[in-house]
Amino acid sequence: MQTHNNHAALSEVFNKDEERVNWHDETLWWVRQKRDKAAWTLPEWEQLREAASKIKMNTLSDLNAYLKEFEKNAQRNGIIVHWAIDSQEHNAIVHSILQKHQVTEIVKSKSMLTEECHLNEYLAAQGIDVVDTDLGERIVQLAGEAPSHIVLPCIHKKKEEIGELFHVHLGTPAGNADPQLLTNAARLHLREKFLSRRIAITGVNFAVAETGEFVVCTNEGNADMGAHLADVHIACMGIEKLIPQRKHLGVFLRLLARSATGQPITTYSSHFSKPQPGQEIHIILVDNQRSTQLGREDFRNSLKCIRCGACMNTCPVYRRSGGHSYHTAIAGPIGAILAPNLNMKDNADLPFASTLCGSCSNVCPVKIDIHTQLYKWRQVITQEGYSPAGKTAAMKLMAVTLSKPGLYRLAGKAGRWCIRHLPFLVNNRLNPWYKQREMPAAPEQSFATWYKKNRPAEKK
Amino acid sequence: MPLNSREKILAAVKKNQPPLEPLPAATAIVPIQFDNPLEKFKSVLEGIGGVVLQVNDLLQVAAYVNNSFKEGNKYVTTIASLTDVDQVDHSAKAHTLEDVEVAIMAADFAVAENGAVFITASSLKTRALPFICQHLVVLLPQHEIVHTMHQAYERIGAATYDYAVFIAGPSKTADIEQSLVLGAHGPKTMTVCLLADNYLPNR
Repeated sequence: MQTHNNHAALSEVFNKDEERVNWHDETLWWVRQKRDKAAWTLPEWEQLREAASKIKMNTLSDLNAYLKEFEKNAQRNGIIVHWAIDSQEHNAIVHSILQKHQVTEIVKSKSMLTEECHLNEYLAAQGIDVVDTDLGERIVQLAGEAPSHIVLPCIHKKKEEIGELFHVHLGTPAGNADPQLLTNAARLHLREKFLSRRIAITGVNFAVAETGEFVVCTNEGNADMGAHLADVHIACMGIEKLIPQRKHLGVFLRLLARSATGQPITTYSSHFSKPQPGQEIHIILVDNQRSTQLGREDFRNSLKCIRCGACMNTCPVYRRSGGHSYHTAIAGPIGAILAPNLNMKDNADLPFASTLCGSCSNVCPVKIDIHTQLYKWRQVITQEGYSPAGKTAAMKLMAVTLSKPGLYRLAGKAGRWCIRHLPFLVNNRLNPWYKQREMPAAPEQSFATWYKKNRPAEKK
Repeated sequence: MPLNSREKILAAVKKNQPPLEPLPAATAIVPIQFDNPLEKFKSVLEGIGGVVLQVNDLLQVAAYVNNSFKEGNKYVTTIASLTDVDQVDHSAKAHTLEDVEVAIMAADFAVAENGAVFITASSLKTRALPFICQHLVVLLPQHEIVHTMHQAYERIGAATYDYAVFIAGPSKTADIEQSLVLGAHGPKTMTVCLLADNYLPNR
């Protein structure tokens, strides 16, 4: 767990290593470009996005009925369904299943919901050993960190750092940072866990109301290795993960991997319908304030999210500030519109961590109006009195200055004079505009002065 | 009596959900059609690290397996007519398959746009098999290739299955500096053997 701080301060930490920032920026942009290439191969791409957005809108507008339909069908399939109103209840349900089976060691594949609920910390406090089996998640777990990206959990880490981690924890040769060798070491290490652990937790990408089945997508095969070799499979899902019908999977599976990494589909798209003989499948349906977000007209669209991460890869702020600067389970633009619903005070800084350029909304496979919501959250946060103090003071000063033309002219003159004669007053660390950039040269005169001199003679 | 969480969640959702919005029309998406779905399937699967082989009969499959993988290792199959290879012992725990070098199984159909094959639990029986093996070989009649995932789900329709999976290529990861490595937790290679049209598998 990292200590809570605000996005700007945490970005500064990330920005200290300029070379690493550039590398992070370029790597994510490369993933974004792969997404573009994949999208452009399909003439119907925009039809898919529109349909996906509408299917999710229908789901949200009838969620009560779909939840009951899903529960009924899942139970008919022999799946045990649990309901958790918040993260505490979710964690307690998981723990109770572990206790019932007297299990203290488990494997877990990627689930952002369990990150949101801080399940690993909770279980560790109960004496449970959780091994994350997604390679990227295992890497950050060994490093004692949180994932910095929902699809690429250790995108912030250099291979040399991973080599060092594996040398310490898995006994790989010192100084070896070969991805092939490191992946193989993790394969052997985790295979032993898959074969020995009796309970596996997975996330859920889509749950189908019509059939009671749920779909889990991975490239590594870790969700399946865990689930099929365990006596008990616990699948954790937010209630917004539902879709109405099986055929809708066709729409979402076409969009998900193309948007995430530019792959035509993930290696595995596994449909779990019934437990294997002698096995138990549990599903935990988690609200954790999703129903509140559903009631916020301006923000309910955020519940359409399918967790592809495209908005992060394209975001100029995310790429240059890193996932950890968002101090929430889900970083980037989508995280910044989800987090204030969970805790407005603690996450008041996040909707401000954006240029509002709109690139996130343009790549979103379910057409969430992300940048509009960021803008709207800023207003809600300011009205509720949670906006950052410095920003509020600066805004007030600006409002006064802009409302008084004489003061505005004087301030402009003073600013230009300072840049020319006392540059150290603005070119210093106290001025946030100076960070990572030089201040521009001051113009000779203000626009008003120039206009007075140069305007055409007025017609009489 | 206090409400339980289920009732509380359902009530909160009902209260906060917006007025009903319709599902999109079935005609809202006009999916791409490939001139040659078989060629498309081959190129996509090869592009994601898979191997595609066209065969005339099961003898060629057995020959391919024998020539391609280390001798003396454990090969298993779920295909009854593949008599040269040991049948999977479904009565044993899935964990005993841990040393399987090559698993050979049949797929129901494949998808041209993404190189995926569709396999259900009824042909798999032991669900762990396509994940736990070091190398995966899948048999598929070559005419069983649909264009897109929309057609795939049309074809699946309302069929019931305990478990089903689309598999597209070998298990992989790019978590270390985006360097692609084949063979994350599952198979390091995946070969799809496309059976010629005149072959009728008696599985």
